[in-house]
Amino acid sequence: MKVLVTVLPKPSVLDPQGAAAAEAIRHLGLTGVGRVRIGKVIELELPDATPDSEIHRIAKDLLSNPVIEDYSISKS
Amino acid sequence: MKFAVIRFPGSNCDQDCVLALNNLPGASADFVWHKDTSLADFDAVVVPGGFSYGDYLRCGAIARFSPIMQTVKTFAASGGTVLGICNGFQILCESGLLPGALVRNKGLHFVCKHQHLRVESTGSRFTRTATKGQVLNIPIAHGEGCYFADDATLAALNANDQILVRYCDAAAQTSDAANPNGSRENIAGICNETRNVFGLMPHPERACDPALGSTDGLVIFDSLLKC
Repeated sequence: MKVLVTVLPKPSVLDPQGAAAAEAIRHLGLTGVGRVRIGKVIELELPDATPDSEIHRIAKDLLSNPVIEDYSISKS
Repeated sequence: MKFAVIRFPGSNCDQDCVLALNNLPGASADFVWHKDTSLADFDAVVVPGGFSYGDYLRCGAIARFSPIMQTVKTFAASGGTVLGICNGFQILCESGLLPGALVRNKGLHFVCKHQHLRVESTGSRFTRTATKGQVLNIPIAHGEGCYFADDATLAALNANDQILVRYCDAAAQTSDAANPNGSRENIAGICNETRNVFGLMPHPERACDPALGSTDGLVIFDSLLKC
């Protein structure tokens, strides 16, 4: 199966890249844009039988840093 | 005192550290490869600056899993002296040896310049020969040096006197204007609760020779040598 892990900075963490992108969107003429957060998406190929606990371990211990980031998981 | 300077693929301040330390009376330094697992011959560890493992994923995230870092963790847990500089500070945070994390500079740019620091605490083996409030002029060179920790962690760092250096101006004022990267509370370097692990973004090894414009970095190494 393919697993997508999405990692985003926590709301409390400064995200200057997101702020810069929000400003650029305003320059496009879309004045209604709110907060923009920039993170990363990691695609993993894993055996179908991989337990969720293992996927969470990978996401929590390596792919994200819980001090500054949150993650979410989606499978396909 | 014999220093181990850890060398990861992508380290680029390892030679500066070894050179600076070998020039000090009473100190000697040697490289230790990231795949090594022994620190038996050493009294102290320096985790130097650079871009370990290309800084893939996050700065310091991959280095944390290297064989030598497991030994560094054991070394630190038994009270051994560990100094992390720049990327080394990021690695120590990722490894859980220091609280908090380093994120992208607030201004988004890589910042490379001389920077004033104020010594906040002399109650550590890294700052014992400095004076409280002393202003040091030490280079910084980083893109991800913005120190972040949540409010509870910051309160604990302050309460335990773990913040050893803050960014300031030449007059020792820790204003926003003197903060080069957006670090919370102008934090430039912190130690752990047991005060044997110290991480900082500035490069003291680049301020140990008059030819380089400052010798203010010597105070940190001198402090260690006077243990």
